[in-house]
Amino acid sequence: MIAYIVRRALYAIPILIGVNIITFLLFFVVNTPDDMARMFLGQKHVTEVQIEDWKTERGYHNPLFYNADAEGLDSFKETIFYTKSLRLFVFDFGRSDSGRDISFDISQRMWPSLAIAVPQLLIGLLVAITFALLIAFFRATYIDYWAVVICVVLMSISSLFYIIGGQFVMGKLLRVVPISGFESGIFGIKFLILPVLIGVVGGIGSSTRWYRTIFLEEMNKDYVRTVRAKGIAEQTVLFRHVLRNALIPILTGVVVILPLLFMGSLITESFFGIPGLGSYTIDAINRQDFAIVRSMVFLGAVLYIIGLLLTDISYTVVDPRVRLG
Amino acid sequence: MNDRVIPWFVAIIACLLGACSEGAWNNPYPNGEKASNVIYSSFSERPKHLDPVRSYSSNEYQFIAQIYEPPLQYHYLARPYKLIPLTASQLPQVRYLDAAGRPVPRERHEAIAFSEYIVSIQPGIRYQPHPALARDAQGNARYLHLDAEDLKGIHVLGDFTTTGSRELTAADYVYQIKRIASPYLHSPIAGVMREYIVGFDAFREQVSALYGDSPKGVWQDLRGIDFAGLSVDDRYTYRIRIHGEYPQLVYWLAMPFFAPMPWEAEKFYSQPGMEERNITLNWYPVGTGPFMLTENNPNLRMVMEKNPNFHGEQYPVYGEPQDLENGLLDDAGKALPLVHKAVYSLEKENIPYWNKFLQGYYDASGVSSDSFDQAIQFGSQGDIQLTELMQAKDIQLETSVRTSILYMGFNMQDPVVGGFSERARLLRRAISIAVDYEEYISIFANGRGIAAQGPVPPGIFGNIEGEAGINPYVYDWLDGEPKRKDLGEARQLMAEAGYVNGIDQASGKPLVLYFDTPGAGPGAKAHFSWMRKQYQKLGIQLVIRATDYNRFQEKMRKGTGQIFQWGWNADYPDPENFFFLLYGPNAKAKHGGENAANYQNLEFDHLFEQMKNIENGPVRLEIIREMTRILQRDAPWLWGHHPKAFSLFHSWYKNVKPNLMANNLLKYKRVDGELRDRKRAQWNRPNYWPLVILLLVLLVSFIPAAVGFYRREHGTLK
Repeated sequence: MIAYIVRRALYAIPILIGVNIITFLLFFVVNTPDDMARMFLGQKHVTEVQIEDWKTERGYHNPLFYNADAEGLDSFKETIFYTKSLRLFVFDFGRSDSGRDISFDISQRMWPSLAIAVPQLLIGLLVAITFALLIAFFRATYIDYWAVVICVVLMSISSLFYIIGGQFVMGKLLRVVPISGFESGIFGIKFLILPVLIGVVGGIGSSTRWYRTIFLEEMNKDYVRTVRAKGIAEQTVLFRHVLRNALIPILTGVVVILPLLFMGSLITESFFGIPGLGSYTIDAINRQDFAIVRSMVFLGAVLYIIGLLLTDISYTVVDPRVRLG
Repeated sequence: MNDRVIPWFVAIIACLLGACSEGAWNNPYPNGEKASNVIYSSFSERPKHLDPVRSYSSNEYQFIAQIYEPPLQYHYLARPYKLIPLTASQLPQVRYLDAAGRPVPRERHEAIAFSEYIVSIQPGIRYQPHPALARDAQGNARYLHLDAEDLKGIHVLGDFTTTGSRELTAADYVYQIKRIASPYLHSPIAGVMREYIVGFDAFREQVSALYGDSPKGVWQDLRGIDFAGLSVDDRYTYRIRIHGEYPQLVYWLAMPFFAPMPWEAEKFYSQPGMEERNITLNWYPVGTGPFMLTENNPNLRMVMEKNPNFHGEQYPVYGEPQDLENGLLDDAGKALPLVHKAVYSLEKENIPYWNKFLQGYYDASGVSSDSFDQAIQFGSQGDIQLTELMQAKDIQLETSVRTSILYMGFNMQDPVVGGFSERARLLRRAISIAVDYEEYISIFANGRGIAAQGPVPPGIFGNIEGEAGINPYVYDWLDGEPKRKDLGEARQLMAEAGYVNGIDQASGKPLVLYFDTPGAGPGAKAHFSWMRKQYQKLGIQLVIRATDYNRFQEKMRKGTGQIFQWGWNADYPDPENFFFLLYGPNAKAKHGGENAANYQNLEFDHLFEQMKNIENGPVRLEIIREMTRILQRDAPWLWGHHPKAFSLFHSWYKNVKPNLMANNLLKYKRVDGELRDRKRAQWNRPNYWPLVILLLVLLVSFIPAAVGFYRREHGTLK
């Protein structure tokens, strides 16, 4: 397995280089270093000299990829791409264009993101599996039919609607939770209830439908028929046999998103005023802070690759027949 | 239930109950802050800079103007806006000098080579407690010689255990002006100040020569570097020498750019390891003002508390005649600040912000387009009223015309709409009549604005109200108010310009014009559609060239746009700050200035040079009238509109009067904490019965499933 992991890690390098180049190109197609300087220095009374000074101080005065004025290797080293993007490969995120330490900010802001994402994932998983099992049990009945319809309806509603509707009903009409805000510690629990609830309700439709399909597929297999033929109670069939075997695709589906929980949710964090990594990324895009944008995109890509690797590994854990070669 | 599960279950329920205990369940603040003398407000965007040398936006001034104190400030209640001393003992004395340095009288403008502003500050003013000013028992600086070992365990400014203070001196003001000139601090006003302050460029060169090669993070001690235009007379007096005359300098002296900076603070923050810990002057301000920033977490909350060393100031004892009856003088003579703390929470979205205001968790609010209909209604006479919902909550409304202008400009370099030919001038005038800004304000601004007659907004010297102030090329004075000219007149002007029904008589082709705008997205479509219709009234085909703001700015810089929309917010209450937007040497394409229309009229420029250096009075007013007449004739802008600010505030929030020039307003505000608590409790009683019913419905809906399950389990094959 170690050889497999090493190989996958090596495969990741060209992917990350590609992600880095694409991010770099997309960013600088839209925002030139001059634009970044103007955004930073403000709109009023800014002179060209100030813009040049700003760019020079932050290393944005160099060409993007190739420096024709330099010689030898310096032609590549004295460029924005080399100075700004390559050090990401050693996880040196550096400082944001406003001077803050990006690693420190990420380490601070991942906790609020996790505070929302982890309970949302766990509760959502529990609820969706329970509903899916129930629906699968009543397959081909009116309960199954209406449950699928409700799932499709829930899937079709925009997450923004859940957020605004949830804030309106729970925060404004019923007044049982704060409409927005965040706190750490025990006082902060009441700020988590609404975003977690909305996240669970918003995700319940798609995940229940998916899990139902998995359960139905499993329930049609020969071993289930054999177990039933033995006269075993249906709940035992469902929980001891079907659930365990169906957990393999569910688990692998969950494992792939585990690392991405750190990245937070862009819309939820914005509407609830949660100081997580989602709002960190959105703020950086709005401020044209390339240092943060490239760091977050790079981190997202790395976490996604880790998620896929963990998925492969998890196969071997939950299904002993699988071997990584 | 399993024995191991029960303790966990009990613990979770206890936590939830603990979190929700006492007071309203939806209260976003700790319950311990009941009935306290605290102001609750919000901010929507993280302030970029808290260093006064760089800050230049309202969301930054919201904080730093309460912390840093320039020598002057605006009187809170008096109108027209009036400068009064803040830390200064009196308004600056001004001396005028000839080229040889000899005093000359003010009236001899042609002989004046330099002006000298002598500023005396009050003795005894002290800085807020701060580690940079801490001293040990021997009187040595406690934290100005730190090494890596000393910084172990230090993560935020509050980790420094000792703080200190010292008296404010004139040298601190001079130090800050040197910071404005420093090439490494990127002050946004450096470009303006270098034109005026004597020795500015020479000072920059010296700093570059001295510190150009030094690594980043080394303290650039500016104290010993000569600056010809700055001098310290004594501990409490300094002077600024400028080239020629620039009476507007006093307005700059009321802005945080000119607030004092103790050199110790800069040295403290420049030490190795501080920036790595994000402990910088940009994050932790140090000032002499009524408040100090005690919590800076701009991703969540900013908290300012009363500065224990504040020198003391009193609430104004006079204002406008109606201020007394409006209760704005109830606190006259009381010691400021009137609250001990202000909590600003991050609210990025309008909907939660507005709902929390209605619940009483914010003391004041603006009125966004989303919430306008909930808050405001128009009476039968078109008068503005609060809705019943607002009245039931005893919410109050304040309106004021902003000292800003949103205009549509013509690029005067453009061969079709630009230039001074009669043809182009008539075309611009025709468009000025056709684009109905009254309708624009009604549709797109919910009536919050007034159509502009010239560049100077109401409230600024030079804005003339009534018939004498209207733009005679666009309006007629009818029934005591300006009325936009008939469209027939615009069409007639078009015909005279050679564009009958929008067809260019020379080429026989329809006239096509291009409107450059940074607006895009679905929200802008209605705006574009309206704009096209306005031009269509004259038969002109308007092509919208929507782009992002960066590209838009680039077009403006290069002078490649044709028609554009932009705005300007006053830096200070002087007409010069608006007329300079059309001053030839400020043309954006040629000189990189703020004159985006690239308007260059020698007659206007000459009058501008006269006007900017004289005191407000009949002579200045007459020059302004003449300048306005020239602009109205040439029509380089469609004058657009001056937006109106609407602000709502709760009945417990006191001393609210719009002051569009001052930023240090927090110290005047007062709250009735007990009334606020009562109202909050009344408005936020939890209503949990629908939830109980919902839960019951869910449980009931499971019954068929449970019955079905039971039957299936206990049924027999038939």
